[in-house]
Amino acid sequence: MHFHRVPLVAAIGSISLVLFLVACGGPFPQSALHPTSDFGYALDDLFRTIFWLALGVFVVVESLLVYVIVRYRARPGQPPPPRVHGNTLLEAAWTLAPAVILMFVAVPTIQTVFRTDGSAPEGALEIDVIGHQWWWEYRYPEYGIVTANELHVPRGRPVVLKLTSADVIHSFWAPRIGGKRDAIQRRQNRLAFTADSVGVFMGQCAEFCGESHARMGLRVLVQDSSDFAAWVAAQTAPPVPEDSLTELERRGLEEFREIRDPASNSCIACHAVQGISAGVLGPNLTHVASRGTIAAGMLPNDSANLARWLRDPKAIKPGSKMPAIGLSTDEIEALVAYLRRLR
Amino acid sequence: MATAVAEVKAEKASLGSTLWSWLTTTDHKRIGILYGVTAFVFFLIGGLEALIIRAQLAHSGNDLVSAETFNQLFTMHGTTMIFLAVMPLSAAFFNYIVPLQIGARDVAFPRLNAFSYWVFLFGGLLLNASFLFGAAPDGGWFGYPNLTSKQYSPGLNIDFWVIGLQVLGIASLAAGFNFVVTIINLRAPGMRMMRLPVFTWMTLVTQFLVITAFPVITVALVFLMFDRFFGTTFYSTAAGGDLLLWQHLFWLFGHPEVYILILPAMGIVSEVLPTFSRKPLFGYAVVVYSGLLIGVMGWGVWAHHMFAVGMGPIADSVFSATTMLIAIPTGVKIFNWLATMWGGQVQFRTPMLFALGFIAMFIIGGLSGVMHSSAAADLQQTDTYFVVAHIHYVLFGGAIQGIFAGIYYWWPKITGRLMNEKLGKWHFWLSFIGMNLAFFPMHFIGLLGMPRRIYTYSPELGLDTLNLVSTVGAFLIGISVLIFIYNVWWTRRHGEVAGNDPWRAATLEWTIPSPPPPYNFSVIPEVVSRLPRWSVTQMKAIPEVPPEPIHLPGGSYWPVVTAFGILVMAAGALLHSLWVVLLGGAVLVVGIYAWAFEPFEV
Repeated sequence: MHFHRVPLVAAIGSISLVLFLVACGGPFPQSALHPTSDFGYALDDLFRTIFWLALGVFVVVESLLVYVIVRYRARPGQPPPPRVHGNTLLEAAWTLAPAVILMFVAVPTIQTVFRTDGSAPEGALEIDVIGHQWWWEYRYPEYGIVTANELHVPRGRPVVLKLTSADVIHSFWAPRIGGKRDAIQRRQNRLAFTADSVGVFMGQCAEFCGESHARMGLRVLVQDSSDFAAWVAAQTAPPVPEDSLTELERRGLEEFREIRDPASNSCIACHAVQGISAGVLGPNLTHVASRGTIAAGMLPNDSANLARWLRDPKAIKPGSKMPAIGLSTDEIEALVAYLRRLR
Repeated sequence: MATAVAEVKAEKASLGSTLWSWLTTTDHKRIGILYGVTAFVFFLIGGLEALIIRAQLAHSGNDLVSAETFNQLFTMHGTTMIFLAVMPLSAAFFNYIVPLQIGARDVAFPRLNAFSYWVFLFGGLLLNASFLFGAAPDGGWFGYPNLTSKQYSPGLNIDFWVIGLQVLGIASLAAGFNFVVTIINLRAPGMRMMRLPVFTWMTLVTQFLVITAFPVITVALVFLMFDRFFGTTFYSTAAGGDLLLWQHLFWLFGHPEVYILILPAMGIVSEVLPTFSRKPLFGYAVVVYSGLLIGVMGWGVWAHHMFAVGMGPIADSVFSATTMLIAIPTGVKIFNWLATMWGGQVQFRTPMLFALGFIAMFIIGGLSGVMHSSAAADLQQTDTYFVVAHIHYVLFGGAIQGIFAGIYYWWPKITGRLMNEKLGKWHFWLSFIGMNLAFFPMHFIGLLGMPRRIYTYSPELGLDTLNLVSTVGAFLIGISVLIFIYNVWWTRRHGEVAGNDPWRAATLEWTIPSPPPPYNFSVIPEVVSRLPRWSVTQMKAIPEVPPEPIHLPGGSYWPVVTAFGILVMAAGALLHSLWVVLLGGAVLVVGIYAWAFEPFEV
């Protein structure tokens, strides 16, 4: 036995190390263990119930295993053990025991499944969520807002996300808000939640969706009703009038509008800016400067990052559907200046 | 074509004739060795892919490999480990051990057996050849359309995957029928079904799962191939197709597949535990029936892979409940294993260590399985590293440890030499610590917000340290496998000579010499009990020299020719060349015709 003690200690030690890292590490901004909505709490409560039951079973069965191999280890000079072939009563007992424990998992599971099936209470804010390779589009029919990647919701008001996809299958997951649901072409899935604390909650696509699956981030911004109202007002305001643009910004607008060859290299082929263009393949840019990040949550939204992105999107997000269109430094500077005005 | 035994022994082969004899062999033992060696090489390739994946994820924002390469690596890691490593490693034992356990001289269809192996080898080579074209499959081992449809994956990558898996399916199906017939029909006199060793029983259940599950994925793959090659619209929503059709078909195959991977390992553990506890298996009939039940119930749980797709609360609840039910026969097995050791004399030889490791780790994998059987709780777990942790506790802690238990256990039977115990213990403990370091943190990595299948992650997630620990663990596993390889090399020359029965085990394979002669049993044994070597009523001794000449099937090259025809057809399909497909078809037809009319004595 002596030989076994060293590695066993090492195994237990390494598990303790992991537990220590989890307990004392962090913060974990994308953690499913720190919910902030009714949906999140429901799943978390269920998970904790199952976790403690599982931990109990784990301790009992693993202890039994360790006990058996220590207690009944071979020693020299023993007579051969008795030939026992089975015991009906024991078999019945350990068939029933797990069945009973599983009842304590099954009942709350089914209750929670029905409670979190995405049905919306009266007066919920409905938002259409459309997955794209590799970014998120949000449409607020109630306000006529179309935006991308950063989902603004008011605290305390029920929200229903109606999920679908423009291309391959994606999965909307903001762990602190709640569980994930897939976004599938020609189907509509629903997620319902009421967020209870103000903050920025990170998330990302959870269904493998191609080359830049890892780069399909999202953020949920839960706001007080007054902040949310202000955001709605800003998003529904008309875009900056052309005659108030500076010379540089005006040149940026011209770049934005220019029909290039091939046509798919034109900004307006894919992007909408209210009153200017109506592209639908890329994010709506009417108020792009109001967003905190670009490229599906990858980079802070500032001039330097916008310039990097415009120079070569694929260098930042592999496989990005937005082409590098060979803009000169001057052209990029003008475009960035224009985009920064779209607040 | 029949060869008398004496001639086989007398042959002193040149390299060419050795190669030829392996190429044309129909001996189940040699085919078993071919399966084992080939699958182990694929296991090393799959392991190497895993190490690159873990190196890339060692810290956030790493750029060791590109997104494109990473997606190929995780797709091929999963595909390789499932179809080219664990399944054929189990097949190595089916081939080598099952005929010995039932007292047979070979499998029912020796040439079909050779054919299965060659098709498997060619399918595996074809899949991996994709790396040479820089077009390894990159749609995940689950290959969900429409990501894998032509529109979103126009390259050869998915073509290699679709074709390669169909080829491998042929190999699995042929072997499946072969072993069902073998186990049912070739049992020695007195070897009643309820006297079959548990490993043979689990093989039988596994093969029934193979012959029922593989047609399902074949249908799914044919649809996808037709969509990609001929423009059909099975998985095109614009034309009214349904993306969930694939998911249902795939998991209808995919969940039985999980039991195809784990049941053989459970069978191995059920052989090893009694031997090294010096006690018969506790509740033999219950262990057998729970294995059967797992096999049957495995068909009713597939949609638990789909709790996030929005099937509605009723379907989610039903599949939660069926999935929880399957935990019961699994738990029953574990309790019976513990009861087997209870009151016994537990000997910590290397096979036993791996079997105990199997139980210890499978409990963890089983419990995390119960956690995501709960459809609602699973919404936070599916498609995250939590599930990666679960499958590796089940498939590495379970299947791979079971397979290593089997390798150490039957190595002396197969080679005549015992593997080195000290190296074996190093292998076990390094692998045990490595796997817990690699996979235990993944539970937390997932719950703390890291999805699966991402080539990079943000430092903001706070998961750098846990990922680094996991990577260190993965490399420890790598080192443990190197120790195993060294042990194999060492054992070839220095291993202790085993004799017929080094473990004093109970089953039939230990009554004959190690390695067994080509004919296995000099006379077909008459089985009088379930544990022939442990029972009071002794079976008749098996003479060392056959009392009369034994005719054995000779070799045949038609299985490899026929298999080659399939490879050519597959290559033709990849090249989109009808002529090459027809050429391969011609080779196939000629091969089958010649095979059918070949004089071949069994």
